[in-house]
Amino acid sequence: MTDTTPPSPMAPTTALHSGPEAETTIRANAGQRALRLHRELTEVWADLPGLRGVFMSVNHGTIGRRFMATAFVFFAIGGVLAMLIRAQLATPRGDFLDTALYNQIFTMHGTIMMFLFAIPMLEGLALWLLPKILGARDMAFPRLSALGYWCYLFGGTTILLSLLAGVAPDSGWFMYTPMSGRVHTPGINADVWLLGITFVEISAMAAAVEITVTILRCRAAGMALTRMPLMGWYLLGTSVMMLVGFPPLILGSILLEVERAFDWPFFDVARGGDPLLWQHLFWLFGHPEVYIIFLPAAGALSTLIPILSRTPILGYGAVVASVLGLVFLSFGLWVHHMFAVGIPNMALGLFSAASALVAVPTAVQVFVWIGTMWKGRPELSLPMLHVMGFFLTFVMGGLTGVMLAIVPFNWQAHDTAFVTAHLHYVLIGGFVFPMMAAITYWMPLLSGRWRVSGLGEAAFWLIVVGFHGTFFIMHLTGLLGMPRRIDIYPDNPEWVLPNLVSSIFSMVLAMGFALFAFDIAMQALFGRRSQRNPWQAPTLDWAMALPAPAYNFASLPGPGKDEAGALLALARGEGLVPGAPRGWRETLVVEPGTGRPDHVAALPTNTMLPLATAAVIGSFFALMLAGLYVLTPLAIAAIIAMVWRWGAVMGTDRDHPPVEAAPGLALPLHWHRRTTLAYGGAVATLVADATLYACLIFGVGFLSVVAPGWPAPPSGLPAFLAAALSCLALAALLAGSVAARRVEARRASPAARPTAMIGVAAGLVAVVALAGVGFALDDPRRHARDALRGVLLGFALVHAVIATLFALRAWADARAGRLGATRRGAAPVWRLWQDYALATTAASALLVGLQEAL
Amino acid sequence: MVSVPALAACSGPLSTLDPAGASAGLIAGLWWVMLLGAALITTFVFALLLLAWWRKPAVGPDERVWTMGLGVGFTLTVLVGLVGYGFWVGERIVARDDGALRVSAHARQWEWEFTQPGPDGAPLVTQDVLYIPAGRPFDIEITSSDVIHSFWVPRLGGKMDAVPGRTNVARLMADAPGIHEGLCAEFCGIGHSVMRFTVVVYEEGAFPDLSEIAAETGEQP
Repeated sequence: MTDTTPPSPMAPTTALHSGPEAETTIRANAGQRALRLHRELTEVWADLPGLRGVFMSVNHGTIGRRFMATAFVFFAIGGVLAMLIRAQLATPRGDFLDTALYNQIFTMHGTIMMFLFAIPMLEGLALWLLPKILGARDMAFPRLSALGYWCYLFGGTTILLSLLAGVAPDSGWFMYTPMSGRVHTPGINADVWLLGITFVEISAMAAAVEITVTILRCRAAGMALTRMPLMGWYLLGTSVMMLVGFPPLILGSILLEVERAFDWPFFDVARGGDPLLWQHLFWLFGHPEVYIIFLPAAGALSTLIPILSRTPILGYGAVVASVLGLVFLSFGLWVHHMFAVGIPNMALGLFSAASALVAVPTAVQVFVWIGTMWKGRPELSLPMLHVMGFFLTFVMGGLTGVMLAIVPFNWQAHDTAFVTAHLHYVLIGGFVFPMMAAITYWMPLLSGRWRVSGLGEAAFWLIVVGFHGTFFIMHLTGLLGMPRRIDIYPDNPEWVLPNLVSSIFSMVLAMGFALFAFDIAMQALFGRRSQRNPWQAPTLDWAMALPAPAYNFASLPGPGKDEAGALLALARGEGLVPGAPRGWRETLVVEPGTGRPDHVAALPTNTMLPLATAAVIGSFFALMLAGLYVLTPLAIAAIIAMVWRWGAVMGTDRDHPPVEAAPGLALPLHWHRRTTLAYGGAVATLVADATLYACLIFGVGFLSVVAPGWPAPPSGLPAFLAAALSCLALAALLAGSVAARRVEARRASPAARPTAMIGVAAGLVAVVALAGVGFALDDPRRHARDALRGVLLGFALVHAVIATLFALRAWADARAGRLGATRRGAAPVWRLWQDYALATTAASALLVGLQEAL
Repeated sequence: MVSVPALAACSGPLSTLDPAGASAGLIAGLWWVMLLGAALITTFVFALLLLAWWRKPAVGPDERVWTMGLGVGFTLTVLVGLVGYGFWVGERIVARDDGALRVSAHARQWEWEFTQPGPDGAPLVTQDVLYIPAGRPFDIEITSSDVIHSFWVPRLGGKMDAVPGRTNVARLMADAPGIHEGLCAEFCGIGHSVMRFTVVVYEEGAFPDLSEIAAETGEQP
């Protein structure tokens, strides 16, 4: 990283393009009338008018704004719940809420703020902003953005409704078993959490996949990875962490829901389970989650501080290195949430050191930001004020974090108000302040309007004073012994004053946030029109009209036209792929490392499919929640039918001529490429899937080694039958892999179609054989070993079914004439999936075989 | 001198800053050192931040001073020292196999059942009151029969979870006779707020009169 010169935001002459000479030869397109281009592009890219636009939009700008607005509504609701908590704790004998309701309220406060505010907020910012800073017209998978939004909205609303119905989750936001198990939470409270959050997490996984692929492939021509804006690195780190961080939570939620619904014991000690498995899976997600939230916020800081200090950032390479360091380290410290569960001291020492070590990359960034301000001329604008709020808060939160990483101190402070104080310092300091800075900074681009003076500063001061007044003293409250999650403290007069102080200042804090929202609303409604590039920023996100048009760039940025100064040239169509002459939503796809133009992708347009798909997925979760398990196959069939239709626009039955992206630069359309965006998305999805599988294997290992109720009772598995059926399934999956390769190789010949049919048949044989194994298994309710075998089999079955569907897709492609010498249809993704299904099924069979042999 | 009222504000029946045993004392010491360090670092960082507004731009330390010097060098030095100190404290307060007195705490929603040597040395089972001799280290075996709870006597030392299916052991010691308060620190349901208990520390060999204690604490022996 040291040999690369950082992009110099202040010098328009220093372009982002670096490497091969070929790129510098990209010539400018002939200039056109900007207004004509604008009309042509708006025709193609705009949402439909009226309600159809509401339901059918897939545009990243629209979806990103919706994510952020919805997240803000949830933030307000979570804030109201926080006020209720503070009202209850203002006096020692608060009888404002009864205990049962209080438990629901603090559980919902944490759940809403984490899953329905912070994550969707960063997703919204990323969706809205990313194409603009990278120089693209949209995200890689517009329909996936929309699907994610609807899943988030439906799931979040369900969770919220449960509170109104009085059956909200009440076991704390980390849902520890056995508290959240069927015995101690017999109602649907825990099911609401497990199913609702998993539904919402579809949006997180969708965002993770598309952010990853967008950053790697949808950048401006010639923008090498090593020179992309720092926000790109931060969001790449975030999305990779989401790909690997969310699967443990999703697996944990599935296991716990299966235990609750079907009595398969994963966490029940009496039958070989262990409540600590839940804690490991939860915190394997939960700690990276903190950095998933922090990284985009830090990315905003690394973007804003140099621009508002009128200087390039100090140490681009150091910042990238510390982002990568954070991503790596954050997966090695989940155990610091479990220091008191009874883990050997030596192991605790290791996790303690790793937890402390994560302060290093964070400190590097803090000092880089301060150094950048030293080097430049900082201006105290409103975004900068929020940046100062970040420093004031986050530095202290980081230091208490280091304290909590020290095991003996953690034993005292764990589960007390000290931790509550720490996590609010980190999350409000490390996420909310930077987000407020980001929103006030990008509002002109979002709304096209400049702010109404005065209100924003008042809101800032109310928030700063309210926040520190509420949470600073809470450190002391915790050290005086006040545990988390209690609703009364009649025997502890020493806690009365600090709690009262916190409660009073929390009202100030709430007023501050309300004023902030009011200020933003005023700006959107009544602000005067903003001038272009109001901050005189050098970055691409300001190389467009205000507010940002649906298509972002009339022509796409490239070498020499990759900073804000290129605004007029891009608007006149002098960049790459100008306008929408074919009536398609086109964006440039580049090689991941160098940024060399690779092909042009025609992205999907307005469609009802994402909403319909989210609705049928929602029907599955609703049936699970209602306990109508026998009806769920109907929902699954509906989901398959919907997803099948997604593939319908993903192929073409004829050869398309190359697109003249720039004079002398003819690029193929994506149908004629093997490594399309969709292929990249499939790889990213499999990374997440493989993480889930790895967590499942970890679960098998953890329970067999650590859980008390082992060894398991003697296995009743009929060895010969099970082995024979497994071998048949594996052979069929292998045959599918061969068929997938053959179909791709013979894509131009009529043989492709029957070969694909062989793949379908092989897939069906695998599915039937695996289902047969299911009948041979021991009752999964007997012991955790048998339950885990059931899950391994279920995993294999699901993957075999999907592989069969891919084979069917390839067959349909062949039948519809969508295969050709350069057109591969779904065959490459089928092959990828088939190989993955074969590998995981073989690994599972081997694991069970070893269990039987030993 | 300024610290006197501050220290007075730190006392309380559940205060970790008012230690009454070796383990809590070591951890309180650790806390005060960390607080001092954190205060110094915060002041330093805020001073650097303030200076950014008042100094002439473009003349300042090199990039490597910020990244390698402050970011890596300074931070790592502090962390190595602190983690080492923390580990040293940890090694001194964990349970060891040295034949110390053993008592047990069994948690269930929402009460504690303690087993300890009684007046005659025979095991005595009590509800929500734990009797231990002063000045003698003891190991407490912590178990649970329903959900996860956490055993915590802040003035004696750190907490340890009561996890169904396993037995966790914590090493504690009380310096002098007296009565301490304890509570469940892990959220365990409706009765979590009131899942309290009392620790009665007696002079070795002088087991207290149970009925007297009952009158004093309001608990039934």
